[in-house]
Amino acid sequence: MTKVTMTVNGKAVSKEVSGNTLMTEFLRDALHLTGTHVGCDTSQCGACVIHVDGKSVKACTMFAAEAEGAEVVTIEGMANPDGSLSVIQQAFQDHHGLQCGFCTPGMVMTAAKLLEENPSPSEHEIRDYLEGNICRCTGYHNIVKAIMAASGQDVSGIAAE
Amino acid sequence: MYSFEIESPVSVADAVAALGKEEAQALGGGQTLIPSLKARLAAPAVLVSLSKIDEIKGISAADGVLSIGGGATHASVAAEAGAYPALAALAANIGDPAVRNRGTIGGSLANNDPAACYPAAALASGATIVTNTREIAADDYFEGMFTTALEDGEIVTEVRFPIPEKAAYVKFEQPASRFALVGVFVAKYPDGVRVAVTGASEEGVFRWEEAEAALSGNFSASALDGLSLPAEGMMGDLHAAPDYRAHLVGVMTRRAVTAAQ
Repeated sequence: MTKVTMTVNGKAVSKEVSGNTLMTEFLRDALHLTGTHVGCDTSQCGACVIHVDGKSVKACTMFAAEAEGAEVVTIEGMANPDGSLSVIQQAFQDHHGLQCGFCTPGMVMTAAKLLEENPSPSEHEIRDYLEGNICRCTGYHNIVKAIMAASGQDVSGIAAE
Repeated sequence: MYSFEIESPVSVADAVAALGKEEAQALGGGQTLIPSLKARLAAPAVLVSLSKIDEIKGISAADGVLSIGGGATHASVAAEAGAYPALAALAANIGDPAVRNRGTIGGSLANNDPAACYPAAALASGATIVTNTREIAADDYFEGMFTTALEDGEIVTEVRFPIPEKAAYVKFEQPASRFALVGVFVAKYPDGVRVAVTGASEEGVFRWEEAEAALSGNFSASALDGLSLPAEGMMGDLHAAPDYRAHLVGVMTRRAVTAAQ
């Protein structure tokens, strides 16, 4: 067992973990932050995307011990301080950017990084950036629309399909 | 996964010492190794994480050579390898954004997946793979599928790429995994053209020497007219039969030459 200390959503946490404890297991089982979903567990679906030191990573393909000293943000840390939804989260709600909702945490975490890097992305750029996030309901159209809306772009011309 | 301990040294010297332990294995970004551990394809007693070693993360260009630390992530190379645009573009198209934030060039080259992108860049560039003990020419480094000249406990600390006059990498993506079904890196240097192919051969990355000779005399796609590779020795799976892969090598090479103009 190894002791790891990190900051998760602004709070310092310290726990004993095994060498093979994944970040998904650490967040969900040790910290009870179950918003980070485990879909494929093979780093393909993106439901487990979190931010580690400001970068998006797939929590199923990183060990908790590797996050020693890191600043970690999960979907539970994305709402505004007063508890209201962030701009991206609100846009997902407004534009029905989810169907079953399982992929949504990863979609929101990836979208947040996209908009940091590229504040006004085109539809093509959004679809390209979401390459590692799979929506098994195939609800991509409204996910893309929600992200475009969250970036402040006019989406009134994008018809529902 | 089997159980193991993780150590996170902060210097190459400490990492080498840790790798001297019984059943120790290096962990780069983990984007291949962690899935392999989940499948119980590896059973190390100790994993030595290299991700806290800042001395092997630098990227710099000087005297016509781009030097990339073995611990540099694909995202770092995409952002900071502007001195070698074809290489930066290659890095920007590996996996997806989250994978690129973890995976490293040293890890990719040490693993030598037969469909990985970086081996094609290293071989086509005549790169030098620098380890904690020696310098290895790319021509001597790749020894076949998942096999390299690295000894046990040897760490890729830096990769030095001579910057070419012109270069491009073009891959035909396997539609599900987006790995290279076939990828071709073409690089034109003052003393000739080098062409390296990934994703195709059962022996892993290789140089297509007939194409190199033709392109060294005339660096245009038409110089490849009439050239083709035999299907023998090419990988075959449900995504692509050997003869299709051989055909794709020709197509990707022509596209890469055109893109490099």
